[in-house]
Amino acid sequence: MAKKVEVSVTVNGKAYSAEVEPRMLLVHFLRETLNLTGTHIGCDTSQCGACTVMVNGEAVKSCTMLAVQAAGCQVTTVEGLGEVGNLHPIQQSFWEKHGLQCGFCTPGVMIASIGLLQQNPNPSEEEIRDALEGVICRCTGYQFIVEAVKHAAQLMAVDETETGNALQIGEGR
Amino acid sequence: MIPNQFSYVRAESIDEAIRLLHESNGEGKLLAGGHSLIPLMKFRLTTPSTLIDIGHLSELRGVRKAENRLVIGALTTHREVHSHPLVQEHLPVLAKAAGQIGDLQVRNRGTIGGNLAHADPAADLPAVALALDAMLEIQGEDGAEIASVDGFFLGPLVTALPDTSILTSVSFLIPPAHAKSTYLKYAHPASGYAVVGVCAIAAKDPDGAVEFIRIAINGVADVAYHCVAVEQKLQGQLPTEETIREAALLAAEDGEIGSDHFASEEYRRHLCSVYTERALRDLLL
Ligand SMILES: Cc1cc2nc3c(=O)[nH]c(=O)nc-3n(C[C@H](O)[C@H](O)[C@H](O)COP(=O)(O)OP(=O)(O)OC[C@H]3O[C@@H](n4cnc5c(N)ncnc54)[C@H](O)[C@@H]3O)c2cc1C
Ligand code: FES
Ligand code: FES
Repeated sequence: MAKKVEVSVTVNGKAYSAEVEPRMLLVHFLRETLNLTGTHIGCDTSQCGACTVMVNGEAVKSCTMLAVQAAGCQVTTVEGLGEVGNLHPIQQSFWEKHGLQCGFCTPGVMIASIGLLQQNPNPSEEEIRDALEGVICRCTGYQFIVEAVKHAAQLMAVDETETGNALQIGEGR
Repeated sequence: MIPNQFSYVRAESIDEAIRLLHESNGEGKLLAGGHSLIPLMKFRLTTPSTLIDIGHLSELRGVRKAENRLVIGALTTHREVHSHPLVQEHLPVLAKAAGQIGDLQVRNRGTIGGNLAHADPAADLPAVALALDAMLEIQGEDGAEIASVDGFFLGPLVTALPDTSILTSVSFLIPPAHAKSTYLKYAHPASGYAVVGVCAIAAKDPDGAVEFIRIAINGVADVAYHCVAVEQKLQGQLPTEETIREAALLAAEDGEIGSDHFASEEYRRHLCSVYTERALRDLLL
């Protein structure tokens, strides 16, 4: 068997270290080694975006990245966004605007949306649809997702004027 | 899907990566963004014994201007290329093409060097590289050399890059200031890759005649190609609806046009002409 490699990575603000096979995908590392099963596997072929997580502040498909490539990186999964009673604005918006039905795609869609809002805090409808090209939802027909992202942009803008750190995710939210 | 077993090394420098490539006797592969290589490995279409990760080498990243060229580090991501102010100012067509690659997540990971080195016939950057006279800086065991992108793509997923070399940067010619440019893509409805992608750059002289024209196409053929026939037909001509239509009919002339269950050869030839005509009308009328 190929030599295992030590991987140290910060996930949702918490430091983890593990010995992994080089061929282990980041999504399997998150789900199976760290038991963070909020990140889903929809297609396994880089198409659906259900596995999207934040790596060093950028949305990436964790089925198309090796765990060893994430060594030294800051990763945020859906578990790191917020919690009941203290939802992240994106979670709040998906709830209020019905941006989900079965919820399978939702972790990836929310992270991809945050990826967009970090690069572009005030996107147009077209920019939202463009940025969500890499996530597939079989339920909603996307309309409510787009509305949720628009709403999140507004909530985050308000948050920012109040706290100055609307886009902080991961640590201690 | 899980790739076959392999061993993994993180190279700490370009020289170390070249040494590791040499030691792997042709069995090792460089890993950049992994967005072409990892999907192939998951399907086990390729089974390298060693992956040599160069993804974090910051000296291979970034954009700078050098006289009439922009030099882009091989590891610069599609997103960085798309949004970089120097690229947007001097090479808007490259910014536009990079922004049409895959989706947001793919553009966050995939690199310009990986895109060219992978030589997927349906990728978007090979045509842009051909149309903008790209020069590739390649570093190997005997030092660095500069090679033209013309002649670099040899076949689907095959390039002239030696086994033990690294593509370190790509430089693109900045077209004349009054030139207009575009990249028009017909994306495969499922994969998003180019069924046809036409990169065209053109400028007119003060009398309205075509004085600068560069066209290249990817997607339709076994490799991206430079549309010499179209360029020759239009160079020095006054562009009109008719001259453009006639020239665009030659758009498939210089490629080995392929065929698959999605798009027959005839359909691809047709797409070539239609997209070239649209591009030229945008630029010249
Ligand atoms: C879902 C999806 C959709 C996509 N859609 C498109 C699309 O629409 N258009 C498009 O153009 N592309 C598309 N791509 C491919 C994407 O652009 C890749 O990022 C790119 O082709 C490869 O870059 P990489 O950095 O990921 O390279 P890797 O996958 O790491 O490497 C690819 C190959 O190039 C070699 N290599 C990499 N860097 C170097 C270097 N510096 N020197 C020498 N050899 C090197 C590797 O050894 C490997 O053989 C898509 C990919 C995915 C997963
Ligand atoms: S599981 Fe990664 S993109 Fe579908
Ligand atoms: S809510 Fe069911 S797949 Fe998106």
